[in-house]
Formats: sequence, structure tokens, C-alpha cells
Amino acid sequence: MRVADRKRSQKSAFGMGVVGAAVLFSAVFASLAPAQEEPNEPQEEKNPVREFFEKLDTEYHGFYETRIGTRLLDDPYQSKDLTIGEARYQFDLLSTRDWGDVKVKGDVYGDFVEEQAVFDLREANIFLRPTDAMDLKFGRQVLTWGTGDLIFINDLFPKDWVSFFIGRDTEYLKAPSDAVKVSLFSDAVNLDVVYTPEFDSDRYITGERLSYYNPILGRRAGEDDELDISRRREFFEEDETAIRLYRNISNYELALYGYWGYWKSPAGFTPTLTRATFPELYVYGASIRGTLGKGIANAEIGYYDSVDDRSGDDPLIANAEMRYLVGYTQEVARDFTAGVQYYVEQMLDYGDYQGSLFPGSPSRDEFRHVTSLRLTQLLMNQNLMLSLFTYYSPTDEDVYARPLVNYKASDRLMYEVGANVFFGDERHTFFNQFHDDTNIYMGVRYSF
Amino acid sequence: MFHQVSLSMLSISLGWALAAGAAQGGDTPDVQTIVNKANVAAYYQGDDGKATVHMVITSKQGQTRERLFNIVRKDVQDGGDQKYFVYFQRPADVRRMSYMVHKHAGAGKDDDRWLYLPSLDLVKRIAAGDKRTSFVGSDFLYEDVSGRSLDEDTHELVETTDAFYVVKNVPKRPETVEFSYYTVSIDRKNFIPMKMEFYDKEGRLYRTIESKKVEEIQGFPTVTLSLVQDLKSGSKTEMTFSNVKYNIGIGDIFEERYLRKPPQEVTR
Repeated sequence: MRVADRKRSQKSAFGMGVVGAAVLFSAVFASLAPAQEEPNEPQEEKNPVREFFEKLDTEYHGFYETRIGTRLLDDPYQSKDLTIGEARYQFDLLSTRDWGDVKVKGDVYGDFVEEQAVFDLREANIFLRPTDAMDLKFGRQVLTWGTGDLIFINDLFPKDWVSFFIGRDTEYLKAPSDAVKVSLFSDAVNLDVVYTPEFDSDRYITGERLSYYNPILGRRAGEDDELDISRRREFFEEDETAIRLYRNISNYELALYGYWGYWKSPAGFTPTLTRATFPELYVYGASIRGTLGKGIANAEIGYYDSVDDRSGDDPLIANAEMRYLVGYTQEVARDFTAGVQYYVEQMLDYGDYQGSLFPGSPSRDEFRHVTSLRLTQLLMNQNLMLSLFTYYSPTDEDVYARPLVNYKASDRLMYEVGANVFFGDERHTFFNQFHDDTNIYMGVRYSF
Repeated sequence: MFHQVSLSMLSISLGWALAAGAAQGGDTPDVQTIVNKANVAAYYQGDDGKATVHMVITSKQGQTRERLFNIVRKDVQDGGDQKYFVYFQRPADVRRMSYMVHKHAGAGKDDDRWLYLPSLDLVKRIAAGDKRTSFVGSDFLYEDVSGRSLDEDTHELVETTDAFYVVKNVPKRPETVEFSYYTVSIDRKNFIPMKMEFYDKEGRLYRTIESKKVEEIQGFPTVTLSLVQDLKSGSKTEMTFSNVKYNIGIGDIFEERYLRKPPQEVTR
């Protein structure tokens, strides 16, 4: 089910057929959309599928979407200019019962880039509120906590970096977890425990579709040198546990976090350098968020304990790190909001790291500083949104900018144009390694 | 009286506007009394209340957009702080989002606001902003919903008709708002604001809010149909309140747990 796991071998005549049908379907719906607007009586339109589910006491919603995007620069490691090309249908089913809720949400899409049809089950879970002091959610679910804006320290739930970099909706940055979430509530403090019996990695950059800098090859790597990964698939053995202990004091939100699992994207190599691995990782952290002046301030910290390389002298496994974040968001004018963040990654045992580097390998800095700026302007009765999110690293001297224009033509029809722009000085730095993946995209979504 | 918010709040808040007291026979009360009664009537009737709100926003060109949400209110303190919970049902792109406000009545204190985005499982803290910003893209302003402090304006009773007290309200800090003043016509029998008229800096009428329908619910006069018109843009928003209930005994649901998963008393 995991997109990043898919191999090109899955492409088939069947896949292309589904793609074609989905595109047609979605194009037809998009073109019908304006005609369905009834100027004076905005009612939910008749939908036989919805009526079917209503008989089962189940809400049915979703959307059709077409999205296309292309590389703006020549990438010698990719054969296609297309970075995203898909026709997508999302269904969202919710059944609310006296004893709890059942939710199933899934995406079916035809992917022109990888030439395959994909079913991505995003949620399939049961929610229960068995006592006044406990909530339970088990099954496939999307999970988020922490205070950063597109910067994550204590949120170690899986991310889909491919979706993020090619211009899918932000919803897809969060990949689902197959997990149990137990929440306990008291007047003094609340506790969330998330247990994931089989490690859920990020959907990271593999070289397919997007190229990246590969330190073993010493160059950028693309579709022909896809990363060979040593996965962790031992149920109940290679598992993850994440906890959050939190409470509010005068509407300042305080939280402590713990995580026992693995680096979410490959952060190590096997001794033969033939495969990338997910080394063991424990994380301990804290955060605070609340009102400061006219805006919202947040601060978060995390200690990344790289268990398999605690001394820091193994060149094949990431060192331990400290991560720090402060942020501030304020509405600076009517419908215009600005948010700034300052984020630092500090590699621990830096001397041991330097001493163990392979000759010729580019060396990471001990401190990586990143600033981010988010500007959002709403216009035309909040139906037009202009947004720019920019990461800039003064130490890596690279930039990742995410401009986006989103227009809601009606309650159902939305158009979007955006770009993912990477640039910098050196080929191997965090953002600039994706320089040749710089892309522009557009999308149309019809929601029902 | 009243600052517009009350009015709108009234309306918006669905009719939690209640008559603060029956009309006084005989003597006309002073303006501060009228304002206070209308404020109490508008914001603090009962200990709590809920309603389903349907908004239809119609542009000058006749294109419509709609918003459908449930709103739940609980008073922390009569005449003081309040908590609001809004659960969106339509349109599709905001469905199941929940929005929570801890309203602080004290002068100079900004409200605390949170928004939950279910597709990301994300609890966002919303910066206190310009309160004269559109609420969910409608012609109602955030301040119409969350309240404008009585202290923000000076109030003058300009006319007493058979049916209404007409109060003129002038902002103490005119640079913070787009109007130069507004008038409110308050029903003398139940203190419900029936019409608000906003005048721009040049003294031209540019915005009106009207209570088009008032029903008595559990003994409380309640605005169940309210209309805002923006005379400059030609846009209007009609707001209908249904399923209005008072004193339902809402528990302390105004916290992160219920933002992430609202109780059925909010979603239904």
C-alpha cells in the first residue's frame, strides 16, 4: 500500500486503463461542476452513492482531483520531465454509532509518472470513548503533534516527503500509521500513547521521480540508482512507541514527548555500503505554545539518541543530535498572516564524526541552522489564497521555497497553482540536493 | 448600546440574544442601561446554548456559497468570559473541522483560538487577529461573532420611537475600525437589536445587519433569521438558526481532547 515501496514492475495495461478512466472521470466531473451550482438553493446534490451509504447510516464524501506538474530544470538522472501527473478519487466514509465511530478513507489514483494505478488507504480506524477519562483509536490513522510549522522535532509519525516535494496537497505530507492510540485524561495531566507494532517509515526520496545526493556514490542519484533499503518488517519486534504528556496552564500548552523506534528515513548503511538502513532511535523532548503579544509563540526541543552509534564514531550511522525550534505567528494586517521560525540541528560527538569520515566525503556542519517564513494573504472574500513558505539555511546556504495560489471558484471547485523551488551553493546540502527537481504544478479539485 | 457585536453576536450567536428583561413601562432607561441590557441579552442568556447555523453568502453577481455548522456556547461567568465551539459540516473542504474560542471579556485581552484540521490530525493555534475580518468568508465579521467590547464605543440614545430605542455608537479608537459610527435599533419590549446600520468615514451608510425573524424559544426571544448586507460590494449573507436549545448542561468540552474528537452533542 505504501507508494514509496512500489516498484515500476507494477505498471501494466490494466494500470494505464485505470489511469485513463480516472482522468476521464475526473475531467467530466470538473466540467460538470459549475453546472451543478444552483444559484439560490445551495443544497447537497443527489448522489446515488451517498444515498446508498445513508441507508447504512454512513456519511459519504470525497473529491475528484487532477494534478499535473513538471520539472523546470534538466535532470540528467531522470528520464521524465513530469514530476506529478495524476487523476485522483478520494472517498471518505464515516459511521457514527452510539458505541463509537468507524472511519474509512482511501485514495485511488492513476499515476502517469510511475505509470501505475495506486490504491492508498489513508484511514481505516475505530474510535471509542469507553470512559470519561479515556479515548481509543485503533487501525490506520494519520497522527500529528508538536508545535512546528512544517518542521518536526517530536512528531515522529511518518511523513511523505515525495508528496510534499512534488506538489500534492499538504494533507499528503502526513502518511498514515497502522497503530493504536490510547489517550488518558485527568485534571492534572493528559497522556497519549501511540503503539505502532510494525515500523512505519517515512515515504522518503528513493531516486525514483526525484533525485537526491547519495553520499556513497558521491553524486546525485536518480531513477537508475534507486536506494536499496534494508527494511524493518518484524511485527511486534521492530515496533514504535510514542508518548505525549501534556496540559494547559492559562492556555499555555505544555508537553513532554518520548519516542522509541527508528530513524524515519534511512540514516545509516550496512557495513558493505550496499544497503541503507533505519538505525534505532530514541527521542526525548518538550514543547510550549501560547500567546505572546499579538501573536502565537512556540518553542520545542528534542534530544535524538542514535542508539546504534552512541559514541558517534561510526561513519555509517547518524550521530545523536539536539534539535531546537522557536516560532512566532501573527496577523500583521487584515487577512495577512506572517509566521517565522528558527530551527537548529546540532550534531553531537562532532569530533568523532569528523574523525570517522571517509576521505573526500563532504562533511556536515556541527550546527545546521534553518529559518522559515510563511506569508499568507487571503483575498476576494477569502476565496483566493496567496501563500509562500520558504526555508532558508544560512549554514547550508540553500533555500526551499513553496509558493502557492489557491482559488475556490465555488464551494465545490478549487484551482491551485504552485511550485517547489530548490537552490543553493553546494550539491549535497539538505535542500539544494533537490535543485534539479525544482517543479511547478497545477491542480483542479471537485469536492462532494 | 451596543456595539455591533452584540448585535451580531446576537444574531450569530444564534439568538442567544434574549430579552434581558421586559420592557420597562413608563420612563426611558438611560443609554448605559439599555446598552448593558442588550449586551446581557445578546451574550449571556442561559448558562449555555447551541444551534445549527446555515449561512448563504450571495455575491453581487448572484453566485452563492454556503456554510453549515453547529455552534455551542458556554458562559464561564455571566457578563464575562465565554467559550465557543464551532463544528463545520459544509462546504466539503472544511467538513469536520472544529474551531474553538476562549473569549476573554477583559479589556485588551485577546481571545484564544484553535482550529483542528482532521485530514492532518493537526491542532493549530490561531493568532488573534483583526476582529473586523470576515468570518468564514461571509459578510459577518469575526467581531460580529466573537464580540466587541462595550468599552470600545461611546453610546448615545438618539431617538425613542414607539417600538425602538435607537442608539448611536462612536468608536473611541476610530483608526482601528472602518466605520465612523453605527446605529442600533433595539426592540423596547425585549431588548433585541433589530437593525444595525454602519456608516463609513464619509458618513455614508455601507453595511446593515437586520434581525428578520425572532422566535421565542424556551421563553427566550431568539433571532432565527439574520441578514447582513454590504452595500458597497453588493454582497449579502443570510443566516438561519435552527435546533436552538438553551441550558443544555454542556460539560467542559472546550479543550484539545474534544477539538480533536467533538462529542455528539456538538456534531449532531
